[in-house]
Amino acid sequence: MELNNFILLSAILFSIGAVGVLVRRNAIVVFMSVEMMLNAANLAFVTFAKANGSIDGQVIAFFVMVVAAAEVVVGLSIIVSIFRTRRTASIDEASLLKF
Amino acid sequence: MNLSLPYLSLLIAIPTFGAVFVGLLRNSNEDQVRKIGVFFSLITAVLAILMAVNYDQSANNVMQFVETYTWIPALGTSFALGVDGISLTLILLAAILVPVVLIAGWKESEGQRGSVRQYVVLTLVTEAMMVGVFAATDVFLFYVFFEAILIPMYILIGRFGGARASYAAVKFLLYSIVGGLLMLVSLIGLWVISKEQFGAGTFDWFALQDLQIDGPTQNWLFLGFFIAFAIKAPLFPFHTWLPDAAGEATPGSATLLVGVLDKIGTFGMIRYLLPLFPLAVDYFRPVIIVMCLVGIIYGALLAIGQSDIKRLIAYTSVSHFGFIALGIFAYTSQGLSGASLYMINHGFSTAALFLIAGFMISRRGSRYIEDFGGVAKVAPLLAGTFLLAGLSSLALPGMSSFVSEFLVLTGTFTRYPVPAIIATIGIVLAALYILLMIQRTMTGEPSDEVRSTVGELTTREKFAITPVIAIILVLGFFPQIVLNVVNPTIERVMILVGATDPLPTQGDNK
Amino acid sequence: MTAYAWLLVALPLAGAAVLLLGGKRTNAWGHLLGTAMSLGSFGVGVATLIEMLAKTAEERETIIHLWDWIVVGTFHVPVALQLDQLSISFVLLITGVGSLIHIYSIGYMAHDENRRKFFAYLNLFIAAMLVLVLANNYMLLYVGWEGVGLASYLLIGFWIHKPSAATAAKKAFVVNRVGDVGLSLAVMLMFTAFGTVTFGEVNAAAESASTQTATWIGLALLLAACGKSAQFPLQSWLLDAMEGPTPVSALIHAATMVTAGVYLIARSHAIYDIAPIAQTAVIVIGGITLIMGAIIGTAKDDIKKGLAGSTMSQIGYMILGVGLGPVGYVFALFHLITHGFFKAGMFLGAGSVMHGMHDDVNMRHYGNLRTAMKITYATFGMGFLAIIGIPPFAGFWSKDEIIRAAFSHSPLTGIVTLIGAGITAFYMTRMMAMTFFGTARWQDDVHPHESPKSMTIPMMILSIGSAFGGMLLLFVANIESWLEPVVGFEHAHGGPDSSVLIPVTLTIVAIGAMMGWVQYAKREVPLLAPTDVSIFTKAARADLYGDTFNEAVFMRPGQYLTRSLVYVDNKVVDGVVNGTAGLVGVVAAQLRRTQTGFVRSYALVMVLGVVVIGAIAAIVGMA
Repeated sequence: MELNNFILLSAILFSIGAVGVLVRRNAIVVFMSVEMMLNAANLAFVTFAKANGSIDGQVIAFFVMVVAAAEVVVGLSIIVSIFRTRRTASIDEASLLKF
Repeated sequence: MNLSLPYLSLLIAIPTFGAVFVGLLRNSNEDQVRKIGVFFSLITAVLAILMAVNYDQSANNVMQFVETYTWIPALGTSFALGVDGISLTLILLAAILVPVVLIAGWKESEGQRGSVRQYVVLTLVTEAMMVGVFAATDVFLFYVFFEAILIPMYILIGRFGGARASYAAVKFLLYSIVGGLLMLVSLIGLWVISKEQFGAGTFDWFALQDLQIDGPTQNWLFLGFFIAFAIKAPLFPFHTWLPDAAGEATPGSATLLVGVLDKIGTFGMIRYLLPLFPLAVDYFRPVIIVMCLVGIIYGALLAIGQSDIKRLIAYTSVSHFGFIALGIFAYTSQGLSGASLYMINHGFSTAALFLIAGFMISRRGSRYIEDFGGVAKVAPLLAGTFLLAGLSSLALPGMSSFVSEFLVLTGTFTRYPVPAIIATIGIVLAALYILLMIQRTMTGEPSDEVRSTVGELTTREKFAITPVIAIILVLGFFPQIVLNVVNPTIERVMILVGATDPLPTQGDNK
Repeated sequence: MTAYAWLLVALPLAGAAVLLLGGKRTNAWGHLLGTAMSLGSFGVGVATLIEMLAKTAEERETIIHLWDWIVVGTFHVPVALQLDQLSISFVLLITGVGSLIHIYSIGYMAHDENRRKFFAYLNLFIAAMLVLVLANNYMLLYVGWEGVGLASYLLIGFWIHKPSAATAAKKAFVVNRVGDVGLSLAVMLMFTAFGTVTFGEVNAAAESASTQTATWIGLALLLAACGKSAQFPLQSWLLDAMEGPTPVSALIHAATMVTAGVYLIARSHAIYDIAPIAQTAVIVIGGITLIMGAIIGTAKDDIKKGLAGSTMSQIGYMILGVGLGPVGYVFALFHLITHGFFKAGMFLGAGSVMHGMHDDVNMRHYGNLRTAMKITYATFGMGFLAIIGIPPFAGFWSKDEIIRAAFSHSPLTGIVTLIGAGITAFYMTRMMAMTFFGTARWQDDVHPHESPKSMTIPMMILSIGSAFGGMLLLFVANIESWLEPVVGFEHAHGGPDSSVLIPVTLTIVAIGAMMGWVQYAKREVPLLAPTDVSIFTKAARADLYGDTFNEAVFMRPGQYLTRSLVYVDNKVVDGVVNGTAGLVGVVAAQLRRTQTGFVRSYALVMVLGVVVIGAIAAIVGMA
């Protein structure tokens, strides 16, 4: 019963994140949405780890956090440099990498 | 001289070392680079001749000069080398042609996209790999050389060729890779079957012959190998890359490509298809013979219709490869020996044709027949050697190619009279395509352009072409030099595939 | 000397090699070396003959094994020479006439800058021709067979700057190649049937062979003979071959090479003896060509082409003769030798005339040359008498025997040979009259003069051969019993008796000669060939449409075929490949469009993908 709640919360967070990525244009907000999805996944990991009495899931959650932190550094700096050159943070404007 | 050296490793190592040496050389001009390249190729040639002298024609073992080094035990593959009669002669062909090509094509690498140094390095690397592909007795090692040789050749065509060189090079590469990948699939199939039957997978050529493979499986595995070889050889309808590649490449590279590299296909048919997939060969034989016949006549007719000398020579080779494959799949000792001899002879006669055509083209600056005419008047020696090379290509008796062509035809006739009769049309067409070309380029009154540009052969050119012509003539009268080496191998192949020569139909019992 | 018989071939071959490899350095003495080599070979031949004469008839055949040429499985071909009565006769003819023509060429080619090369090719020809007749097996014969073809190609196209010469040379080679296919098929058939290709073993095996096999082999050999001997339907190259220098026409295209087909059939007599269908085919081919060549000869104004037509016709006689079997072999070969004398002599005479007439070959520009060129007139005249068959000249004896043998075969063949004799008399008289009699029709700047000694002496020797050769061979050398051990001989039975036949033949010859004389010596010969002539004359002038036929049936469709195949190869075979590549390119270009650069659309696709996979997982899970 308790487990279901956590999973449900995780699923809601993930969905909010996913919708955020799809509908928002501001790069910062999209970024935050991605972070939210990551954390939703983390929550699920920890939940299952608790349920299985194993530590594996928690270890992975830590990994994800570390990677997310590193990714934030890189991602934010990219967004900042795009903003500096183009004076906008809209991801629809940054569409040069196409056919 | 009875030297026991690790000949085959050395034959791979020396040109490789030469390539590295030339590649690392600093502060040297183009002439020095070329001389060093020729030096290394000459050492290789001498060593190859030495090996041939030490080859024991009467020995009973299948392979001689066997060397085996551990390579990837987990895959059951090792760096295993060895030669039988056929591969010995082919290695000799490669080792002799490379210095000839380097000397004959002294200037042709100048003023190209690539540098002279690159040209020499790539040619030497090609030589090393050619030795490897003929000497490998491990199927996987063969495959590695088979594919790896595409790299230097691709660059040689693409960076040193004519106007459409990159198109031709990519076409060559794609064709060969398609074939190579199909072969890889069959190779993996063989490995899996060997794992099932022996407990451990192997790529060893000797061991693979002991596999018991049922007919349908053989057919699929056969197709993978056969298409790879048919593209390489090339048989109709897989031939269209050859005129483009040979036409665009420099005459020297075209010589190596058509003269030696393409022999990997026909060599592979004898070495791998016949012993490993005898049932499948029987199954597909009618189709293959039809392909050969179409190739013989179709290639010859197309050669007649060409206006570009190099493309013409390439199409004659399509016709000749039809003959070679016909001899192989006739399954008679005359056919197989003839085909093996044909490979050598075709190598030399195509070399002579391409190189002398190259001399003419470099003088006149054009590959087109219509730009020549009357060459015999201004450069009789050039014209004479070209005629000789042409006569060799049309298999005039006295030239080496006659013996092989006739053996192929006779060998085919004893088993399949009708295909042999159809193939004789190729003899007539050969006279047409060669003599038409000779007539259009050599006879008549020379135009002003020809008069001012086409000069007599230089000493260097004579030096390069003399050994080739000498070999063509000597083998014409003494073909046993090669046949004595090849025959025992052919006999073994015949036993292996369970074929016997047809007996005379009208003996004393009648 | 027999053991040194390889010198026969080696001497001229060495001469050719020295002259070709030595290049300009040998210009000064090249012609002398070439002639010396040919004479040396003749000397060896004579020595061999003397040695052979000392033996009994059965022991005369000697095989000289030189080396093993090709050994693969049971296919065993040696390089070995067979010396017997047949081959030595040919050796002497080839080297004898050959040497005379070498000597003649010294004068004839004196002003040609490439004289050395000419002699090199002549030596090459002699060597190849000797290989042809000395070989002891069909494979080695093939070497000589195509070797003479090569020499003929080089010599026809000797004046390489002339496009017509180059075309004629190529044509000769290619047409001969068609014949060569016949020879290679014959060799393959022999090996398949008998497991051997040497003359002795094939002849032995032929005795027990099936008629069907022998017939196929015989027909294949006949095809080969048609190519080399310019017999119908492969005759068209010979007339064009007259583009070559005249000594070449005399040696190769009259005396020796073109008779190789006769030699081949005589050599293979064991095959033909058991294959009546093949024999009939030989007779038919010989008969057709005999008449065809003679008709062509009647309409030619070019003296060399007239002689070429005559050569075709005379070889037709020989082919017909060998087709008759044992009654004919010996006489066909007899006619071959006498023809070698008189036709070579006449060609040399024609060369001499051309030499004095600024290389003009048109007989309408000749006339009354007997006053200006006495020796040429006399020697040509001997040849003329020999070819039309006036006793006691050489041609009478040999042709008469063939006619007799032909009558013994069937009246029809006999009549064909008789008609041929009549036409021969007509066109030869025409040639004689137009050239040496009548009024002089010389062009303005032409001053006919006799040729130098180096040219006239060979002509004289050959004219002596034309005069007495027949009698010598028939009565002194006894050619029937000489050749009988090799090719077999039977007396002709049936048919009219000689006492009837000879007068009939001579009457027909006389009628033909009279008609020629009346038309061309008594009447004025117009300088331009009349155009209002009968359809037959037009056909004869056009070589009976042999070339027209070839052009319509082989050349034009062939050109069309190659052109369309080039198109097919580029567009269809290569098109499939390039089309595949193109298709991949087109599809890729469209798929590329999905890469819009909008991150959110990528995200949407990913989400959709997840939903789809989830849905599938759910459905599968439920199931």
